[in-house]
Amino acid sequence: MSSSLVAVVYIGAAILFILSLGGLANPETARRGNLLGTIGMVLAVLATVLGPRVTAAGFPWIVAAMLVGGSIGLYAARVVQMTQMPELVALMHSLVGLAACLVGFASYIDPDMELSGAEKAIHEMEIYIGILIGAVTFSGSVIAFGKLSGKISGRPLLLPARHWLNLAALLVVIWFGYAFLQAADVAAGMLPLTVMTLLALLFGVHMVMAIGGADMPVVVSMLNSYSGWAAAATGFMLANDLLIVTGALVGSSGAILSYIMCRAMNRNFISVIAGGFGAAEGAAPAAAGSQPAGEVTAISAVETAELLRTARHVIIVPGYGMAVAQAQHTVYEITRLLREQGVEVRFAIHPVAGRMPGHMNVLLAEAKVPYDIVLDMDEINEDFPDTDVAMVIGANDIVNPGAEDDPASPIAGMPVLQVWKARTSIVMKRSMASGYAGVDNPLFYKENNRMLFGDAKKMLDEVLVALKG
Amino acid sequence: MPLMIGVPREKFAGEKRVATVPDVVGKLIKLGFAVTVESGAGEAASFSDEAYRAAGATVAATAAEVWSRSGLIFKVRAPDSAEIALMQPGTTLVSFIWPAQNPDLMQQLAARGLTVLAMDSVPRISRAQKLDALSSMANIAGYRAVIEAAQHFGRFFTGQITAAGKVPPAKVFVIGAGVAGLAALGTAVGLGAVVRANDTRPEVADQVKSMGAEFVPVDYAEEGTGVGGYAKVMSEGYQKAQLAVFAKQAAEVDIIITTALIPGKPAPKLVTAEMVRSMHPGSVIVDLAAEQGGNCELTEPGTVVVRHGVTIIGYTDLPSRLARQSSTLYANNLLRLAEELCKAKDGSIDVNFEDEVLRGTTVIRDGTVTWPPPAPKPVAAPPAKAAAAPVVAKKSTHGPGEPMSATALATVFGVGALLFALIGLYAPASFLAHFTVFVLACFIGYMVIWNVTPALHTPLMSVTNAISSIIAVGALIQVAPPQGRPSGLILGLAVAALTLTAINMFGGFAVTRRMLAMFRK
Repeated sequence: MSSSLVAVVYIGAAILFILSLGGLANPETARRGNLLGTIGMVLAVLATVLGPRVTAAGFPWIVAAMLVGGSIGLYAARVVQMTQMPELVALMHSLVGLAACLVGFASYIDPDMELSGAEKAIHEMEIYIGILIGAVTFSGSVIAFGKLSGKISGRPLLLPARHWLNLAALLVVIWFGYAFLQAADVAAGMLPLTVMTLLALLFGVHMVMAIGGADMPVVVSMLNSYSGWAAAATGFMLANDLLIVTGALVGSSGAILSYIMCRAMNRNFISVIAGGFGAAEGAAPAAAGSQPAGEVTAISAVETAELLRTARHVIIVPGYGMAVAQAQHTVYEITRLLREQGVEVRFAIHPVAGRMPGHMNVLLAEAKVPYDIVLDMDEINEDFPDTDVAMVIGANDIVNPGAEDDPASPIAGMPVLQVWKARTSIVMKRSMASGYAGVDNPLFYKENNRMLFGDAKKMLDEVLVALKG
Repeated sequence: MPLMIGVPREKFAGEKRVATVPDVVGKLIKLGFAVTVESGAGEAASFSDEAYRAAGATVAATAAEVWSRSGLIFKVRAPDSAEIALMQPGTTLVSFIWPAQNPDLMQQLAARGLTVLAMDSVPRISRAQKLDALSSMANIAGYRAVIEAAQHFGRFFTGQITAAGKVPPAKVFVIGAGVAGLAALGTAVGLGAVVRANDTRPEVADQVKSMGAEFVPVDYAEEGTGVGGYAKVMSEGYQKAQLAVFAKQAAEVDIIITTALIPGKPAPKLVTAEMVRSMHPGSVIVDLAAEQGGNCELTEPGTVVVRHGVTIIGYTDLPSRLARQSSTLYANNLLRLAEELCKAKDGSIDVNFEDEVLRGTTVIRDGTVTWPPPAPKPVAAPPAKAAAAPVVAKKSTHGPGEPMSATALATVFGVGALLFALIGLYAPASFLAHFTVFVLACFIGYMVIWNVTPALHTPLMSVTNAISSIIAVGALIQVAPPQGRPSGLILGLAVAALTLTAINMFGGFAVTRRMLAMFRK
């Protein structure tokens, strides 16, 4: 294959990637979109392997690496549970980050690059930045994976003077970047490059450690964005437009997702990254001075079933608790039964429900809930006043009326699902503990609210039995 | 001294309701009020004086005692001139008033220096639903309409196959699916009839279906929702199309229940004499709009007539015919109003005009007419509009078209221009070519991603993840470049990178596929 032919194939692959993302506009075209993306990837890899820049000597290595990596990937994709998607995604981000680092180092020590002057400086800068982004993505994603899988505590870790630490790290990175550009040969440049990589790794760890559990959707989408920028930086480094295009697509995709998530929490992107949702939490409730007062009314599973059976319109609001309890299948069974009895059941999804964007949709889809009864917050929020029963399963902050009524609340201004406007709301919860944001929820004390205490899965099973009986 | 709530007996002929019931008396006393009930007030609704006394109310022997001593009067029907004369100036009266239809009454009440809250003027907003007496009465009227129809209809409602032969189900057609209409069709469905309904407001179609009835549309494009979720007068073309639909239904169904009302207008004539003639003998029409002239041309308000073999029921007192139920619901509505009036629960009332609900309900304050209230905010926005809006609304909240503030925009452009100037000044040409591609790709990404539905955000992340393993291309060209292999280190790094990206590539696409396969209708 000539290099021109390869370039043309690359353009084709880039177009396929764009179509692939465009296909996700709705579930009908999404499957085809994924297929287009796969074809694009196959084309790009084949064109590269058969192109002028890879000789036959490399084939065994390439086949071996693809076989090993591919089998691991396919195996992981097969066994992963839908509740673990955020972990898997975080882990995969880390792989992209690490690969970007490795390619960066390999590119740096590659002596074939004969450049000079501004071109050399630009090339080295690209390497430096590429490795920097790659390293941050890698270590940040590993920590995010740890937090999501519960191996690391979800509480934000806040070092004293952490902003100064970050600033210092940035200055050191810039200083070594200067040193790196001045380096006469590869050996001399290796030291600043390594030091910067270490610093970048530490920075990634520190950044994600400082972010609380509730902000995880933002972190996951932000790392998604970084992995894209890492690919784009690698593209600059290797002067490869396909990498640049793809990286830019992925990068802007992640950035937009982060933005959507931030807005869904009424939080500023910078403040999420700066970390510590928990930071204000210790002081805020005391300062607020408006602790919700009143009694909570408990309800049994049998009574819940009775309420559901006699209702006409039911809205179910799932949250992370449903994922943890693996209750989505029972939820579907209940939905199916109620729908057979002519009860209109719909699902209301808050943009930040769960631990990554769209997490709840995937879980419900896994449980075979038809996607046309699963609605976004914007679509369904105004329907709550006409709803007989709003059932909240393992969600807390996203249904907190304090966000609307109480300007002193730490989550004030965050758009929330107005379940309290339904005739009756039922909140399924293990105990009266507060949500990730650490904010007490006045919803629990509302007159038309009932609490169904217990493990979500167990209680839902009981509701299901009562409904069948 | 707590404020005295007085509940006189209703004097209007045939009115059986009473404005409070023993259950509610206790709750009013808890709010800090004292309650006096005229002897025999609850008799027609089966509430004895004894029951009121047991609940804590004082029972007064004469009406005069109740009227003159109470600071707050609860009543169903508007008072007559004799009753008005009994009230002390400054007394607050709560009852149905219908200020638009009764200007004389309003004048008398105002001249007496009273404060009057009209239960028919409660604003139609969600917060006021609990004190919306019109809705609770309409609900009862709807139920009772079906019961009256059943009484005069010579057949079963439900279809049956019996040893003596097959009985077809009764067919019921409900015109106007407001509160009364929905209650009627719910009751009829419950009795086993085949129920159809029509309404000029298309958004109620779903409500009709949710009650188990069939919605009969009029094939004519016009939106029938007026202010506050009520119906409005339709165009002539629409009315023609509507009558054609009704004529067809009339010939088919056994029972027609009409509930079509337009606020402040005589009831529209929807069932013509011609249609009545086309109905099966023994059919029944219940006209819930009889008081406003009736929806059927042959209706005689207040009574039952048989025309062309069809029984036409024009009762105007359906809620009163279910006096115990309607009294209980009305009493609860008044209790909710009392709670709004007495936020402090100290037995004193405050007609707070800052409160949208109280402002709308109050028609006279201290002798000054305050009706009509300022136009309500369109809170009960027609859901039909909302259904059409999301496409637009979503764009404006999510979309790239979101307007930025001028300063923000200027800053972004300023910084961008500076950055571009720097790059233009110092970067070599080869870099610029790539940079062009990069910037354009960012924009494409931006445009494409905004179209992704939020439901697919997780698959979006996993597929972007998979395609970011395009980094493999970078690793591939380092494995075995044509210049020969300079060092094992590069090979090692490249193969490691290739393995990692392969995990991502295969895993990412496979898991996305798995996820997307699950999304189904």
